[in-house]
Amino acid sequence: MSKVLRLKAALLSLLLFAVFLGVWQFATQAKESNSLAGASAEYAALMGKGAEKTDGFPPPAKVGRAFVEYLSDPFYDKGPNDKGIGIQLAHSLARVGLGFLLAVIVALPLGFAIGMSPLLFQAFNPFIQVLKPISPLAWMPLALYSLKDSSISGIFVIFICSIWPMLINTAFGVASVRRDWLNVARTLEVNPLRKAFLVILPAAAPTIVTGMRISMGIAWLVIVAAEMLVGGTGIGYFVWNEWNNLALPNVIFAVVMIGLVGMGLDLIFGALQKLVTYRE
Amino acid sequence: MALQNPFDPNAVLHRCSCGQHTSQVEHELAQTEALNQRVIQTTVMKALFPEDAERRRFLSAVGASTAWAAISSIVPFGTLEAMAQDKGAPEKKDLKVGFIPITCASPLIMADPLGFYNKEGLNVSMMKTAGWALIRDKVLNKEYDASHMLAPMPIAISMGIGSNAAPTNVMTIQNINGQAIVLAMKHKTNRDPKNWKGFKFAIPFEFSIHNLLLRYYLAEHGVNPDTDVQLRVVPPPEMVANLRAGNIDGFLGPDPVNQRAVFDEVGFIHILSREIWDGHPCCSFAIPTEFVKQNPNTFAALYRAILKSSAMARDPKNRPIMAEVLAPANYLNQPKAVLEQVLTGKFADGLGNVRNVPERVDFDPFPWYSMAYWILSQLKRWGYVKGEVKYKDIAERVYLLTDAKKYMAEVGQTPPKETMKKFKVMGKEFDPAKADAYVASFAIKKV
Repeated sequence: MSKVLRLKAALLSLLLFAVFLGVWQFATQAKESNSLAGASAEYAALMGKGAEKTDGFPPPAKVGRAFVEYLSDPFYDKGPNDKGIGIQLAHSLARVGLGFLLAVIVALPLGFAIGMSPLLFQAFNPFIQVLKPISPLAWMPLALYSLKDSSISGIFVIFICSIWPMLINTAFGVASVRRDWLNVARTLEVNPLRKAFLVILPAAAPTIVTGMRISMGIAWLVIVAAEMLVGGTGIGYFVWNEWNNLALPNVIFAVVMIGLVGMGLDLIFGALQKLVTYRE
Repeated sequence: MALQNPFDPNAVLHRCSCGQHTSQVEHELAQTEALNQRVIQTTVMKALFPEDAERRRFLSAVGASTAWAAISSIVPFGTLEAMAQDKGAPEKKDLKVGFIPITCASPLIMADPLGFYNKEGLNVSMMKTAGWALIRDKVLNKEYDASHMLAPMPIAISMGIGSNAAPTNVMTIQNINGQAIVLAMKHKTNRDPKNWKGFKFAIPFEFSIHNLLLRYYLAEHGVNPDTDVQLRVVPPPEMVANLRAGNIDGFLGPDPVNQRAVFDEVGFIHILSREIWDGHPCCSFAIPTEFVKQNPNTFAALYRAILKSSAMARDPKNRPIMAEVLAPANYLNQPKAVLEQVLTGKFADGLGNVRNVPERVDFDPFPWYSMAYWILSQLKRWGYVKGEVKYKDIAERVYLLTDAKKYMAEVGQTPPKETMKKFKVMGKEFDPAKADAYVASFAIKKV
């Protein structure tokens, strides 16, 4: 039954995609612009008539061509401002990875401590509540000014935005470990370190990984915006560069790539989550 | 001993640490020169007398001064020193130079594919940057060694308005003219600035010639730029997208953005900026003073490369080729057809006319002091600078006119003899000697 259902769902997805493409094609059909009626041939030539122009929303075929063009040679390097999509994605992933790793290193121990001690929880809570809702990009000018390096600033912004969900989830997970288990541990006179790693960590793991999954999603959202601001390399810079040229097919291509990579990252954490989930 | 900040009110500029020179700068220069001389003299003496004992005998036999005279008659010490100062190996070879993807940057970009940087022994990476504020920050952070900047930016940065004060210099002007006022298509029939109250205009940066020229133009038509219209800072590459979206009514922007708006049929060229001030500076090649001091040879090499590139860019014959080289994604990322119209001056104005203005943009590198004077006068007029403005002081510290002359002569160009000239902005003459009176003469101002 579930196999049939899956097949049906896949067919429906395909159908939806086909309808989407059809509507897109229909909506972007080339309209003859007659704004140049009556103008001289020379003027028309200067306005780029007859040549392929990039204005208007591109039809699917044009976007498809962008896909083929970029994916057929993903690792070219034509100077510091023009690199292949593979290289750009690698730069973005490296930044996200580094910022995220730093956040994990800080958030997990701190979250643990906050979760285990009601005093620390009360003490840290106001700071977390104030810092959490700040848009990561609002940090950018401050980071640029004080860190004096644009790529470190990018990593810092990833760090500062991905730390909160992890911190809060870790604290919450640690704080809500079942009393019974802790009591059993106490009865058996387990030392605190052993208690932390063998009782609390496995019990809180699903919540912690959920926090990491949310954080990664946010980090990937932020990197694109951050790279549009600081430029240089990365998928965000790619989008910005193509937007400058108003080359929408390439922008759409990049948007799809961002979505695919984001989905990939989410799948990884989804698998990790399955791994640590337990049934009571 | 570090160079003192000349904009620090407590700094002593007219005396040096040893007391023999009129300023610390001169003191430092004299020391470096003396050191250079010694190095060269030592090298020559070593070559003449491989044995130290032999040299001693010679010197004690004829006396040091006679020896000096005899040797300098056959060895041109002066020339050697000059060569050592100028053509020395660059201290820093791998440079990062920032630019904004606009045609104003043509000379500094073209020097890369044409190999002008390489010929001077430099390995320059051209870094495309998202906006002027970021350029400023990256130069202040020393991520960039030198950069494309708007002509008023080094003045503002040196004076510490809009950022921390950091002495920054203009080596050359990148381009003159080459900007335009572009309006959205819906204003096709509304060409009189008197009716523009309530408009939203985009400018690339506060400290830009665009801001100053647009303010001047509006004020001359009785529109107060501070109260009657809205001026928004929008990075040049994003201007067309904003015009298309209807966020703004128009902009005074750099090329190729203006022509791109026409090409995409979202706007038309109202006037070219040369119709406001023919020969106005726009962008410059800027370098932090600290970098110049630490890397004099790199500085000289950069100067020669940029000047050669500017001379190349001035020749109308080269313009179509430039359009081709600048078009790809690594540089401007714009259609070649647009760049060609900008650079050759034969363009569609968006209203159905073909105009032919070969002097639409030019790449005259000479950093006239008078340009800095005018910029300062307008910064004062619109309240960016408060109080008394030391025109001469600031212009001479920021605009490296003397160096420009020296290196222009070195690469076989003929620099102008004067350092100032009078010019007309919208028919009104600007005399640099009477800059303050000029500011006072305007009816619309914010002083």
